[in-house]
Amino acid sequence: MKLQTILDLPECRVLVKGQPDREISRIFCCDLLSIAMSKAPSDGVWVTVMGNRNTLAVATLTDVACIVLAEGVSLDEGTLEKAGEEGIAVLSTELPVFDIALEIHEAGGI
Amino acid sequence: MSDELTFNYTIDGDDFTRAGEASSAVKNKLKMLGVDSDAIRKVAIAMYEGEINMVIHADGGAITVTVSDEEITMILADRGPGIPDVEKAMQEGFSTAREEVRSLGFGAGMGLPNMKRYTDEMKIDTVIGEGTTITMKVHL
Repeated sequence: MKLQTILDLPECRVLVKGQPDREISRIFCCDLLSIAMSKAPSDGVWVTVMGNRNTLAVATLTDVACIVLAEGVSLDEGTLEKAGEEGIAVLSTELPVFDIALEIHEAGGI
Repeated sequence: MSDELTFNYTIDGDDFTRAGEASSAVKNKLKMLGVDSDAIRKVAIAMYEGEINMVIHADGGAITVTVSDEEITMILADRGPGIPDVEKAMQEGFSTAREEVRSLGFGAGMGLPNMKRYTDEMKIDTVIGEGTTITMKVHL
């Protein structure tokens, strides 16, 4: 599945589009950054409610392709700008973590 | 790469939101040097956890990263309070982090265990009241 499939989900608001042609490896759900740091998959979609600058730092270091912020969480403008520079997509949704992860799974078969 | 390369970073202890910048910079440099991606990931994880620890516990410090043909060495030195019980600090789940740090997604007692897990060698030199120096190596 390409990132574009996730960008197109109606439940998601695209805050940063990242690299739409990037091939997505896996879906990963976690709010504890130390666990995300060691387990987030390269080229993965990371679903979390932890919306702060450190979320982006972890995503950058683990080569995550896309951060999906659940439960209406967002990131500040400066962090979104930085995500753009790093080529990492950032989406926000009102859905809970499990629901949006399931939507992504069903949309892309991963 | 025939010669050793050394990179130095100063970690600002006041700004939690900037923690990770040195690790990102090292990751990008290693990528440019063509270092194996597994090794880069290990270095990035271990160094980021170390950087976070320096900000949470020690008001910042200095990191030196040396890259040779055989290994990547990270030396993280701070002038913080020192670690009273290293064995306890190495246990997964043990943490002395403040509540505000926990609310940001850290302080779960995973830092030092992650650093050990993702490096091939790790040595902790700590003196109460003087500071801590952690040396980590990832073999190439």
